[in-house]
Amino acid sequence: MTIADSHASSPRLDAKVPGGPMDERWSNHKFDLKLVNPSNRRKFDVIVVGTGLAGGSAAATLAEMGYNVKSFCIHDSPRRAHSIAAQGGINAAKNYKGDGDSVHRLFYDTVKGGDYRSRESNVHRLAEVSVDIIDQCVAQGVPFAREYGGLLDNRSFGGAQVSRTFYARGQTGQQLLLGAYGAMNRMIHAGRIDSYTKREMVDLVVVNGVARGIIVRNLLTGEYERHAAHAVLMCTGGYGNAFFLSTNAKNSNVTAAWRAHKRGAFFANPCYTQIHPTCIPRSGDYQSKLTLMSESLRNDGRVWVPEKEGDPRAPQDIPESERDYYLERKYPSFGNLVPRDVASRNAKTVCDEGRGVGPTGEAVYLDFGDAIRRDGKETIASRYGNLFEMYERITGDNPYEIPMRIFPAVHYTMGGLWVDYNLESTIPGLFVLGEANFSDHGANRLGASALMQGLADGYFVIPATIASHLAGRKLEAVSVNDDAFKEAEAKARERADLLLACNGNRSVDSLHRELGNTVWNYCGMERTAEGLQEGILKVRELRAEFWSNVKVNGDPNHVNQDLEKAGRVADFMEFAEVMFNDALVRDESCGGHFRAEHQTEEGEARRDDENYAHVSAWEFTEEQKLPTEHREQLTFEEVKLTTRSYK
Amino acid sequence: MIQKKNHGDLRIVLEVWRQNGPGAPGAFEEHEVMANEHMSFLELLDVLNEQLVESGRDPFVFEHDCREGICGSCSMTIDGKPHGPRDRTTACQLHMREYRNGDRVRVEPWRANAFPVVKDLMTDRSAFDRIQQAGGYVSINTGSAPDAHAMPVNKENADMAFDAAACIGCGACVAACPNASAMLFTSAKLSQYTLLPQGQPERDQRALGMVDQMDAEGFGNCTNHYECEAACPKGISVTNIARMNREYARATLRRRD
Repeated sequence: MTIADSHASSPRLDAKVPGGPMDERWSNHKFDLKLVNPSNRRKFDVIVVGTGLAGGSAAATLAEMGYNVKSFCIHDSPRRAHSIAAQGGINAAKNYKGDGDSVHRLFYDTVKGGDYRSRESNVHRLAEVSVDIIDQCVAQGVPFAREYGGLLDNRSFGGAQVSRTFYARGQTGQQLLLGAYGAMNRMIHAGRIDSYTKREMVDLVVVNGVARGIIVRNLLTGEYERHAAHAVLMCTGGYGNAFFLSTNAKNSNVTAAWRAHKRGAFFANPCYTQIHPTCIPRSGDYQSKLTLMSESLRNDGRVWVPEKEGDPRAPQDIPESERDYYLERKYPSFGNLVPRDVASRNAKTVCDEGRGVGPTGEAVYLDFGDAIRRDGKETIASRYGNLFEMYERITGDNPYEIPMRIFPAVHYTMGGLWVDYNLESTIPGLFVLGEANFSDHGANRLGASALMQGLADGYFVIPATIASHLAGRKLEAVSVNDDAFKEAEAKARERADLLLACNGNRSVDSLHRELGNTVWNYCGMERTAEGLQEGILKVRELRAEFWSNVKVNGDPNHVNQDLEKAGRVADFMEFAEVMFNDALVRDESCGGHFRAEHQTEEGEARRDDENYAHVSAWEFTEEQKLPTEHREQLTFEEVKLTTRSYK
Repeated sequence: MIQKKNHGDLRIVLEVWRQNGPGAPGAFEEHEVMANEHMSFLELLDVLNEQLVESGRDPFVFEHDCREGICGSCSMTIDGKPHGPRDRTTACQLHMREYRNGDRVRVEPWRANAFPVVKDLMTDRSAFDRIQQAGGYVSINTGSAPDAHAMPVNKENADMAFDAAACIGCGACVAACPNASAMLFTSAKLSQYTLLPQGQPERDQRALGMVDQMDAEGFGNCTNHYECEAACPKGISVTNIARMNREYARATLRRRD
């Protein structure tokens, strides 16, 4: 591994952070940015890949502004992007509850929650625009929860000590996404967006160093299509399915990001993955995915395990005095509401001690008994009814009577393609929004922040910053018949042909599952240098096995879900190695990245701010070669670096 | 001989619809899978597909994504019922504990003219998108919204709007209806906006636009069977259809020449 420029910021990573006072930076930057005259906007074509909160909101807004937008998604409808599954809520510094919230507090909490590994200026901007998001969504008719007086309700969520989370029962992501989808539909109807569904981006086209188009495969006909534009926006989500089992939707994948990476976009902090503490434990080796239970459940549920190892008794038979409410015991001030990384790691610790519950021993209880006695079953049902129903459907247990069993699962990825303050990657003209980029959550994301970031990027940031590219650079005309398009299409076809020609003995899923196990075991909740090195070797072996023994059947010129999966898993196989390398190089514990070598005597994460307060961004060099690490030094002007303590 | 993996002691005989394209002939194919009670129905199909792939045969195509009952991708009729036997449950959230050893289960795609079969269990539901494009939104440009508290909403209406907005766009209502009507789907979106102050300025155009598009797509009309409500995994109520009929009549009287 080569460290390109250790302990200093790489000249290749100019974050373009504006100067001046923190709370004026975004306003000043918007003023300083060049503008595209409204009548000139129709001359620019913009490709938006992905129709989740980031992609949907960006496509709609850019179309409203007058740009020609082409929107692409892998689903049969833009409405099915995985943002739809977000349950809990969206943060905004509205201070409607009058409990002392402010833009500065949301900014501060987010930088702290990210364990001081995010870029301050980006986070401040996120907190600033959070209030506009709520206004926008309400105006669209998003049915947020309301109080009897008709005003919006808020709750406290995932480690926040103020009530700043807006929600729509347990379906906040769905309602926000349908809002963005509605805004898109209006623009599709007006002829301002061309919507291409069932298209998978299989390569990025770079012409003279600028992102000028994409190659997509039509998932219904197998045809390859070339699309050219003046700018490309990737809003393609995270890479959590590298673990095979995650809370991500089955089609979520790293392919678009990985293809862009291989064309020159640096991949930042891939080792930062979020393990969500409240998921339904796995039940068998056929398991296809894990289901998240919103962590709003921790507002009323109490987490515990038996005091004794291997206690065989049913939960209701274990008396109060023999239960260990370990989060309340260890973190008296935050209790069950400690941030996700802390809650997850502690669940692993008690299970490793042999105190885990359920048939696999890989679960802890989340108990609503006290809450039901205190507030009544009806109140609890009104808060969590749909979540309880979902739990009961999956496990067959009734959580009103028997404590839920929960265990951590991969949920979100903070790493992603490196972007500057304008959300532009290291390839000019390629912008990356939402979970697909890396910038706002540092090493750990707080609850209800993902929806906020996706919509901030799409509704409010990119509409301003895209002008830096469109008005700031001279963009020559390109045609889909240019060599760069032909070459990219030929390569994509070749990859698919190789997969089909392999004709081995193993299904794509079986190989993906094995990769997932390796990533979970060696690069999961707890990592060691030794384990990571071992894991890298295993990933390499598995990649070789994949390419020699995968079996993909069916017709490439028709719907072929096996071929789709195979292409994505092939990319995960390459991507996983960068993830491991990044985890290995980051020789500290921070947020979602816990290196067992670096912990305090009490078993808490020990950061190393002197040596690791930077972003690691990886540059692709050549096939089978280790990528090159570049660093962006993080500077903290507003927030004082402290050890996170939730005690 | 197909290699069977033994995941439990539930022997399930599946009859799954195989069809290569919209105009192609289709037929049920019979397969056996060993399952257990914790498996989801889609995991049962995963196991079947893995068996098929490893024995060199084509897996069945079926739509799925979130597997949490919210994306609306999964769309299959199980033993004659859209999404299967359990009330208010999508196919992805149906678990094998609903079945007994030796059960024979029939799986087929949504059957409706407006949802042509793409392949096997996958149908083309783009008609739903076009209905939404015809008016299922509030026209407000980003950045021009007033403060969210500028317009309080009566909680009862807000809750009813939410109930309507919970639709996941899966199409079970159409599949369940003897007329293949899309009135539950269309009326759910229309109701959400009718019930909210934000939806008032475009109320008439929305009702006319969405209903006209729904008709143009070839969906049938409602004749009050209420099969849609029974099949809806989100429990969307048929009272929305009544509301849509009122809205359409009102808009017709006010706006149609």
